[in-house]
Amino acid sequence: MTTSAEIAQNPLLAPFLPPPASDEECLRFYRDMVRTRTYDRQMIVLQRQGKIGFTIPCEGEEACHIGAASTFRPEIDWLFPSYRQQGMALHLGVPVEDLVHQMFNNEKDAGSRGRQMPVHFSFVKPARWVSISSPLGTQIPHAVGCARAMQMKGEKGAALVCFGDGSTSTSGFHSGLTFAGVWKAPVVFLCDNNGWAISVPTHKQTASASFAVKGRAYGVPGVVVDGNDVLAVRDAVGAALERARQGGGPTLIEAVTYRIGGHSSSDDPRRYRPEGEVLQWQQRDPLARFETLLGERGLLNSSMKKDLEDRARDEVLAAVDAAAPLPPPPLDSIFEDVLAQQTPRLVRQRAELRSELERHGRSTSADGAFPL
Amino acid sequence: MPKLTIIAAVNNAIATAMRNDPRVVVFGEDVGKKGGVFGATDKIQAEFGEARCFDTPLSEDGIVGTAIGMALNGLRPIAEIQFQDFIYPAFDQIVSELAKMRYRSGGQYACPVVVRTPYGGGIRGGLYHSQSAEAYFTHTPGLVTVIPSTPYDTKGLLLSALQGEDPVIFFEPKRIYRDPALAEEVPEGMYTVPIGKARLAREGSHISVFCYGAMVPVCLQAAEQAEAKGISLEVLDLRTLCPLDEAAVLASVRKTGRAIVVHEAPKFCGYGAEISALIAEEAVDSLEAPIVRVAGFDTPFPNALENYYMPDARRVMDAVDRVMSF
Repeated sequence: MTTSAEIAQNPLLAPFLPPPASDEECLRFYRDMVRTRTYDRQMIVLQRQGKIGFTIPCEGEEACHIGAASTFRPEIDWLFPSYRQQGMALHLGVPVEDLVHQMFNNEKDAGSRGRQMPVHFSFVKPARWVSISSPLGTQIPHAVGCARAMQMKGEKGAALVCFGDGSTSTSGFHSGLTFAGVWKAPVVFLCDNNGWAISVPTHKQTASASFAVKGRAYGVPGVVVDGNDVLAVRDAVGAALERARQGGGPTLIEAVTYRIGGHSSSDDPRRYRPEGEVLQWQQRDPLARFETLLGERGLLNSSMKKDLEDRARDEVLAAVDAAAPLPPPPLDSIFEDVLAQQTPRLVRQRAELRSELERHGRSTSADGAFPL
Repeated sequence: MPKLTIIAAVNNAIATAMRNDPRVVVFGEDVGKKGGVFGATDKIQAEFGEARCFDTPLSEDGIVGTAIGMALNGLRPIAEIQFQDFIYPAFDQIVSELAKMRYRSGGQYACPVVVRTPYGGGIRGGLYHSQSAEAYFTHTPGLVTVIPSTPYDTKGLLLSALQGEDPVIFFEPKRIYRDPALAEEVPEGMYTVPIGKARLAREGSHISVFCYGAMVPVCLQAAEQAEAKGISLEVLDLRTLCPLDEAAVLASVRKTGRAIVVHEAPKFCGYGAEISALIAEEAVDSLEAPIVRVAGFDTPFPNALENYYMPDARRVMDAVDRVMSF
């Protein structure tokens, strides 16, 4: 794994390194790592209480999110996330309430209007965070096409696309890197290698020596970085994004981290992985490591830490209080946003549903649970 | 006005769109210097340069996947899939991503991509250069599916597709791409044919024949033969399969009282089933005979015997006789 110091020696990235993070920035990174973990754990609690149907925990991967998001420039860049990047949203300035509205699929769930399972976020502001889908790797060629459009339009930004180790086996990874290599597109491929694709460990995912080395055959340089070191991720992604913006072409970054929780709230990882492995990775917890660093620099003490944690908890609980009582989106929304214009057929189907409800009242079928 | 074949109309429409809208780009396998295996992009790269007309790596899911990203960032991509038979690697991108982006993002993101692809048999292409897969796409909410049958409509519909805000799967009837008998005068410059409107290809009174693409000339030929026997066929060229011009279908069948649906694709769960069901649900009281479908057989597409597989005027006439003798 490559640390900050080693990235500074990397001839590919060194010329594009961001300036060292200021004390203020470091504290902001830490704050948002705390906010992410607090939010994430609270979503698990809500799921266990039956208040939301589903969540995807990201505990252990906060450094990847905050490090990467910290170098993203919303005014010119595009983000194509996967479903485990909640921390990026928080660090980019998405109000936690907007995340929670989506988790509840309520009437204020603007980025899916109650249509997508929880965690499938979409935002236009404060960043172009393109709607997440559940099929894996499909967003990788989208990012490449978006980057190609930037080239054609003479835009100065870059596309950042996030995915996990499992997605490197998809056709989207293959076609995305193939096209990006040929086009020298301004795109950064960020693979959060968290060790597991649901229950499949990395050695059953690939025989490759690393995921980063896969880039070589596509003409896309690959870099491995310590994904639990927020500053190392920031340096690697930041330099790769800047290199892309300046016409240097694509980079594949493998951030080595660990998924402390299950794949999702529907998954019990104790069925397939040794507890010792989890304990081992908890020793490298990205928050704890950053706390040590900040403590050594005299930037953080235990009362400041507690204060940040309390504030994060209050923030999330207030968002839950705001989101939980809201109703789902209006029934008519089922029939909207299919095509740009509503077809006569959908107008008719909407009328049929309204009439059915007038005659029989609301649906009596039981609420679904995931998985069944 | 010049007389153009269908393939020339495709080429003319692409050039026209690119002259009028700098956002339009066209790409796919062999579309650059070669101008496409059928010549749809002939001389496009020479006029507009490699930035706007370019060859891609040989990857259909990459072609459609990157087209989605380009459309998200404001371009109007025309993605060529060389043969419709090769669209399946891109099926996930089309069905899971292209079709659902607007809906799943609550209208925040949309991708107006036009996927052009030659479809259908009659060129001795066997299983993998002859398919008619329109029903897979019309079954997917969020897509517009268009199949023209004349040079005029080809250009006008393609230009409409490129001006719209929706993803369009644009099937081109390659069997009649270069049919000189179909060549017709096509206006220079911009004009559009509206998406979602059927075309009355021939007015008649006894039977409504619903068809599209390469089956339209077949049905018109049958109509000539029927007229010689004193039977008047009304031929409706659907042009847009989704959204379907239901009003035109129902108005025609209410007038004639009889319906035949013709397509090359296999009959089972083919597009004709939807037309038949629509008529049965909405206009059964007008029917004087059963609805009859004339379609490809429920087999993969053959090669040596393809002329027995595809509906021809004789098979349409058999259906006419069956309907009229009910």
